Amino acid sequence: MSAPAMGGHWVTWMIVLVLLIGLYTLIAHDNLIKKIMGLNIFQSAVVLLYVSMGTVTGGTPPVLLEPTAGVTEPVLYSNPVPHVLMLTAIVVGVAITALALAIVVRIQGAYGTIEEDEIGAIEMRHDEAQSRA
Amino acid sequence: MWVELLLLVLVVLVAVVIARLGDLFAAAMLTGIFSLLCAGLYTIMDAVDVAFTEAAVGAGITTVLFLGALGMTSTAERQQRFRWRPLLVVVLTGGALMWGTSDMPAFGDPAAPIHHHVEPEYLEGAASDIHVANVVTAVLASYRGYDTLGEVTVVFTAAVGVMLLLGRAAGGAARHWRRGADRSLGVSEGAAEPGELRDAPMLMREKPVLRVSVRLLIPFILLFALYVQAHGDFGPGGGFQAGVIFAAGLILFGLIFDPQAVARVFPPAVAETLIAVGVLLYGGTGVATLLLGGKFLDYDEFGLASGQHYGILAVELGVGIAVAATMVRLYFAFSALHPEDVVEPQ
Repeated sequence: MSAPAMGGHWVTWMIVLVLLIGLYTLIAHDNLIKKIMGLNIFQSAVVLLYVSMGTVTGGTPPVLLEPTAGVTEPVLYSNPVPHVLMLTAIVVGVAITALALAIVVRIQGAYGTIEEDEIGAIEMRHDEAQSRA
Repeated sequence: MWVELLLLVLVVLVAVVIARLGDLFAAAMLTGIFSLLCAGLYTIMDAVDVAFTEAAVGAGITTVLFLGALGMTSTAERQQRFRWRPLLVVVLTGGALMWGTSDMPAFGDPAAPIHHHVEPEYLEGAASDIHVANVVTAVLASYRGYDTLGEVTVVFTAAVGVMLLLGRAAGGAARHWRRGADRSLGVSEGAAEPGELRDAPMLMREKPVLRVSVRLLIPFILLFALYVQAHGDFGPGGGFQAGVIFAAGLILFGLIFDPQAVARVFPPAVAETLIAVGVLLYGGTGVATLLLGGKFLDYDEFGLASGQHYGILAVELGVGIAVAATMVRLYFAFSALHPEDVVEPQ
């Protein structure tokens, strides 16, 4: 059996699959921490997509090599631009995750639950009580 | 290509398990494995700098933050019933994306448009104008230095947000979250309430293997972080990577021993100051170039021969300080440790 082809779109398709799993976790689950985990999976898929677009077959990481004696053909480097964008995106991502988790912790303090539908029900009861008063 | 395929299949499988697990504690641990697999993929896709960052952030810090948040809320997700409408949205999105890939260049194609605009100039210029071997550093700190200043500011803002949300002043309810956080983040029961009997089942620091290996590893992790910081011009590395590795070392120490122990060498107040110092160092470098008569963050003003090196060194140091301090401060916030709680050893 031969190795999967280098070209083609199968890498991108796999990444889309990861993205969809993240999206489903984000929109279908009620638990807010699970939603944030879904968001993280979604983000990783986006990072993977960018990095995969920067890859060049037969390339090396974009750290310039000293010219070697006897080698005349230019070295093929992978594209550094997506790497720059994604490396900062990962660090910003963890800061955003922390902020989201902090809000979830405060929601737990205020409502006693982090399930979205239960929070909605509490809000509904609160609104009804207010309109009756 | 077998390695790519294997890692991608594992990434998909782990993602499915994270989505389905009702035990959020196990799911949080799996997010660490998920990130490690992603870091492996970045490495074989030639993105070594991204892999560095992902390994330290995803497999280390994010997992710890999740565990801290779980300790303050609850670790069990209520049974989730199946919903067809989200599935419909997901299937439609997936269909659209798959259809979109038909217009994309093939994976690894050197003729793809992405490789023919901007990138050749960066590869040329890193050698001739910036004199920096790592093109990622050249683009991050010099060509697109203005963007990176924005990213550091976002990290700063998020840290301020977390401190406001989880500080003692906010709601004053920190005490009752604490007990749960202590359990998950290795704080001894006695440390939170002085005078209380220590009845924690088995603390991590009482396990000899963990205690000895962590003590041995910490100096090398911190030294490695400094190396990554200083070596960013010549090889993979830079401020973001070094900052998260340094913070991961300190957080590892806090997990095994006690956040209090970290707080004694790296007090939360110092961390808070250093976040601002890092951002100011970055912005100040830009202001310095303005005062020298150049454009904002145009390091050639520091001297044509090695001005770019000085400039990149200064802003990368700013990034490293701000990122490391932010990560440690976030860890303190999620281990429910507040500046006024730091107890001096008797």
